[in-house]
Amino acid sequence: MNLAGAAAQFTELMLAVLLAPLLTGWVNQCRAWLQNKSAPGLLQPYRVLAKLFQKEVVLAHNASPLFRAAPYLVFGCLALAAAIVPSLSTGLPLNAAADAIALVGLLALARFFIALAGMDVGTAFGTLGARREMMVGFLAEPALLMVLFTASLISHSSSLSTIVEALGHREFVIYPSMAFAGVAFTMVSLAENARIPVDNPATHLELTMIHEAMVLEYSGRHLAMVEWAASLKLFVYSCMGLALFFPFGIAQGGDWPGIVLALPVLLAKLAAGGAALALIEMVSAKMRIFRAPEFLGTAFLLAVLAMLVHVLLEG
Amino acid sequence: MLQHYGPQLVNLLAAVLLLLAFAMLSQRRILSLINLFAAQGLVLFLATALVASITGQPHLYWSAGLTLLLKVLLLPWILHRLIRRLNVKWDVETLLNIPTTMLVGIVLVILAFNLAAPISQLAGTVTRSTLGIAMASVLLSFLMMITRSKAVPQVVGFLSMENGLFFAATAAVYGMPMVVELGVALDVLVASLILGVFLFQIRERFDSVDTRHLEKLKEH
Repeated sequence: MNLAGAAAQFTELMLAVLLAPLLTGWVNQCRAWLQNKSAPGLLQPYRVLAKLFQKEVVLAHNASPLFRAAPYLVFGCLALAAAIVPSLSTGLPLNAAADAIALVGLLALARFFIALAGMDVGTAFGTLGARREMMVGFLAEPALLMVLFTASLISHSSSLSTIVEALGHREFVIYPSMAFAGVAFTMVSLAENARIPVDNPATHLELTMIHEAMVLEYSGRHLAMVEWAASLKLFVYSCMGLALFFPFGIAQGGDWPGIVLALPVLLAKLAAGGAALALIEMVSAKMRIFRAPEFLGTAFLLAVLAMLVHVLLEG
Repeated sequence: MLQHYGPQLVNLLAAVLLLLAFAMLSQRRILSLINLFAAQGLVLFLATALVASITGQPHLYWSAGLTLLLKVLLLPWILHRLIRRLNVKWDVETLLNIPTTMLVGIVLVILAFNLAAPISQLAGTVTRSTLGIAMASVLLSFLMMITRSKAVPQVVGFLSMENGLFFAATAAVYGMPMVVELGVALDVLVASLILGVFLFQIRERFDSVDTRHLEKLKEH
């Protein structure tokens, strides 16, 4: 591992961690515009984080050390995932640390800890949220894996870095299977990031919520870490989607001029993706929780279809 | 440029056709179903026009135009008028178990792909690999007609089956002779008109367009 590679990796990681709240702010702003509301500032998530970091932490009497450790563990998992997903450049040192399957495992680990923390204090809401989150997770994971397998079949590798190099830096070819995979990935990322058809990120204290129910017991810096991790998760999923379906403009092998060029491209793609996310959230209604298996089952079937279409048309 | 990317674009459009067939299979609302049918017609028109410009077959332009006129404009308009007059525009069908239907759909797709593999080896067209998708959309439309109980979705299933057949003909042998195509197009139009009249008769008789009522043969 050379120094330049490490520096590029560090830049990518810091960029992800620092830009993640900005993406959340942008999505919120787009959604407010679409709803004809006056939007909160683009930097609102940073202000919320700063406020939460200054506040005192209030813990339940029976909270275990796990409850206190979970926000940092979740944040760590997602930061590592952000470093693995090639957002600015391929071939960075940490890209080789985990392939697509391990990346899904890493995201599952984060979910596992936040669900455990949700159940730790023993309130009804936390347990309810944790159980729902695990249900959504176990339905979304196979679909996500199938999407990644389709991309792996095309590029003959399960490493995300190699997939991006194969899809983005070769001669341009239209892959019909990626159309199916793209729809499936969109559905999975809506469910995983607690977005509107499955969960509503803007509600508190309602019986329908999933993610917010789990983290009700958190306060102060712990809550800040959890919120930051949620932003980071959205960022990781966006970058993963962009890497799989729009892998253009990503630098190769960690060269600095390429990375400098890749940054505005990434920002433009994220801005477009965030606006599209806000639009999807606007035009769809929140589903009943019992419709979620149907929604994610459809995502899984579409991902399976993507593999079949790949075998038929591109094999 | 067109010679290079043309076949790939046809493949992409074929995939979208299959996607729309699955969307129709899982759609509960009648209004959205008709819009999906119109979208399927539009994709079919684009695919046919593209195949026509790749291969330079003039009669394919005619059938593409016929598709646009009939399946994108006329038939959806007739269906829209029909559901407005039947007063079922906002009907929501309570479908049994969409995931199971979709699973059966996947099995049908695998079956169609396997069936089409040896046939498409014999075809000499640039679009031969999409034959499996065309057969899959025919079978999926069949499945949709079987699983629906309301009459309007069954009619839409019938019409979308014709879409699949048309695409199969284009994919395997660059379309049927003009006489056959005109005949089929006219048949579909007449069938949709007759089915429309038929629907009014069903509603007159049973006060609903649920075809399960037709299973009872006895007079009450």
